[in-house]
Amino acid sequence: MSAVRSLEPWRWIGVPMVQLLGLTVLFAIPLRVFGLQLPEPVFPMAAAFAWAVIRPSVLAPFAVLLMGLFLDFFWGGPIGLWALCLLVAYGISLAGRTMMAGQSRAILWAWYGMVTGAAMLIGYLVVMLDAKSTPGLVPLAWQYLATIILYPFAHRLIEMFEDADVRFR
Amino acid sequence: MSLRDNPLGELKVPLTWGAAVALIVAAVVAIAFLVSDRRETFQSEAYGATRRASDTVLGPVGDVLSAPVRWTGAGVDTVRGYFFAVSENRRLKAELKEMRQWRDVAIALRDTNDRYRTLLGLRTDPPIPMVAARIVSDSRGPFANTRLANTGEEKGVKAGNPVMSENGLVGRVIGVTNGASRVLLLTDTASRTPVMIDRTNARAILSGDGGPNPRLDYLRGREPVKEGDRILTSGDGGVLPRGLPVGTAVKGLDGRWRVVLASDRTPIDFVRILLFEDFTQVLNQKQLDVMPVPPPTQGSQVVGLVPATPAAKIAPPAPTPGPAAPGTAAPAAATAPKPPPPKPATAKPGASKPVTPKPTASAASKPTSSAPTTATPPASARPRPPVEEAPH
Repeated sequence: MSAVRSLEPWRWIGVPMVQLLGLTVLFAIPLRVFGLQLPEPVFPMAAAFAWAVIRPSVLAPFAVLLMGLFLDFFWGGPIGLWALCLLVAYGISLAGRTMMAGQSRAILWAWYGMVTGAAMLIGYLVVMLDAKSTPGLVPLAWQYLATIILYPFAHRLIEMFEDADVRFR
Repeated sequence: MSLRDNPLGELKVPLTWGAAVALIVAAVVAIAFLVSDRRETFQSEAYGATRRASDTVLGPVGDVLSAPVRWTGAGVDTVRGYFFAVSENRRLKAELKEMRQWRDVAIALRDTNDRYRTLLGLRTDPPIPMVAARIVSDSRGPFANTRLANTGEEKGVKAGNPVMSENGLVGRVIGVTNGASRVLLLTDTASRTPVMIDRTNARAILSGDGGPNPRLDYLRGREPVKEGDRILTSGDGGVLPRGLPVGTAVKGLDGRWRVVLASDRTPIDFVRILLFEDFTQVLNQKQLDVMPVPPPTQGSQVVGLVPATPAAKIAPPAPTPGPAAPGTAAPAAATAPKPPPPKPATAKPGASKPVTPKPTASAASKPTSSAPTTATPPASARPRPPVEEAPH
């Protein structure tokens, strides 16, 4: 039996991916109470950020791509839009991974907010070019707020798997 | 030989670089998808087999997941109906009283409209068939506002069909599969809807921006809209029928005119998909695009130079010109401005000029004038000499 217990991809990539996509489907229920609808956060953003922080991986970008494509098909937007946005978020997080190492929860939350903002800015520009019309900033701000309050999910994922593989401590 | 003994065993690509390469490959795939996407077109094949397959799967999933919401809503309605039956009855009676007055007005207007249509010989639009559907999933983000309805091509739904709730227009169908239809809402950034302001008949384009109140773009005229004006579909372009209720105009915080959608008054659970097809969608475009070839020219239709002898044989003899004096010809032409009888151009070209002058203003005002200049037709009305229209 090996002394090193490797981190299986299905544990830190597969299970969170299914959970987040399930939440996305659940929040798309046409529910309206007292004129208010459910918020529509980008659940996969939490995974895209956390996976880059946990460890570099060859599988993770493709999992991010799959989640983004699912969002595009499910939400009926331009195909590839959210895939690109999530990959941008993953790329920024991967590039800043060394700066985030050992930082407090608040600093990581700020990083998460910055990464989410960059991804949505890319989405804004792409939609502007695609539809030749500027999307409204108010709905964008609502979705941004609904997404950055998901950081506790990302933090829990980071805490669960950051030290799971001793080779990446 | 173990891996460590292999001379290439120590040659290990850093994992970060591997992740970066994978990221670039995934980004290229995403960009390729994005560039090739054409979701807002009316071509059903542009929607793509993958989208259709995903809608086919996601439709029943959304239907199952939204079932508890429907049951809860029905239960709440039942309880509310039980406890508020008296006040509801009172409200409905008042509404019925008002509606009776509107019914009388509507009957009178329908009668007037029928008479006008008969008088004008208008060809009225046939009634539009429709199918009912239930919304099973809803996306509300800034970049995509679509809904999935649980009725598809098995009921005859096609891409482009307008979708209405009981209050007003919701959007249009952009993709259809068996058992599901994707509805592009009026609030989507890709949505453009030709509308008109009911009060002024001014036209505008309703542009979605991801928010709940789409913008009124390309408004023309001086003060074409004011607060509270009713907005209807204009039917321009033939995509939507004319006169569907859209909402009411409001001034947005950004100073632009926006529309409070009528369909937002109540939760959209059931919708009606209008199986509307404009004549531009029904007609055969290919048949229209075919340029009609003129038939081969016959002898009597030839205008240009033809040999004098055969033309004289085919054509009837030219009528004898009237009195040669142009002064007498001019009043006759002025009082009876009829087109000249068909005449072969080659029969007597010299005689045609004084007989067929078109009346000028001066000729009409001075019918008794004997000056030959009054009989001279304007340059544009003069018969052209045959040589100018030589056969090609």
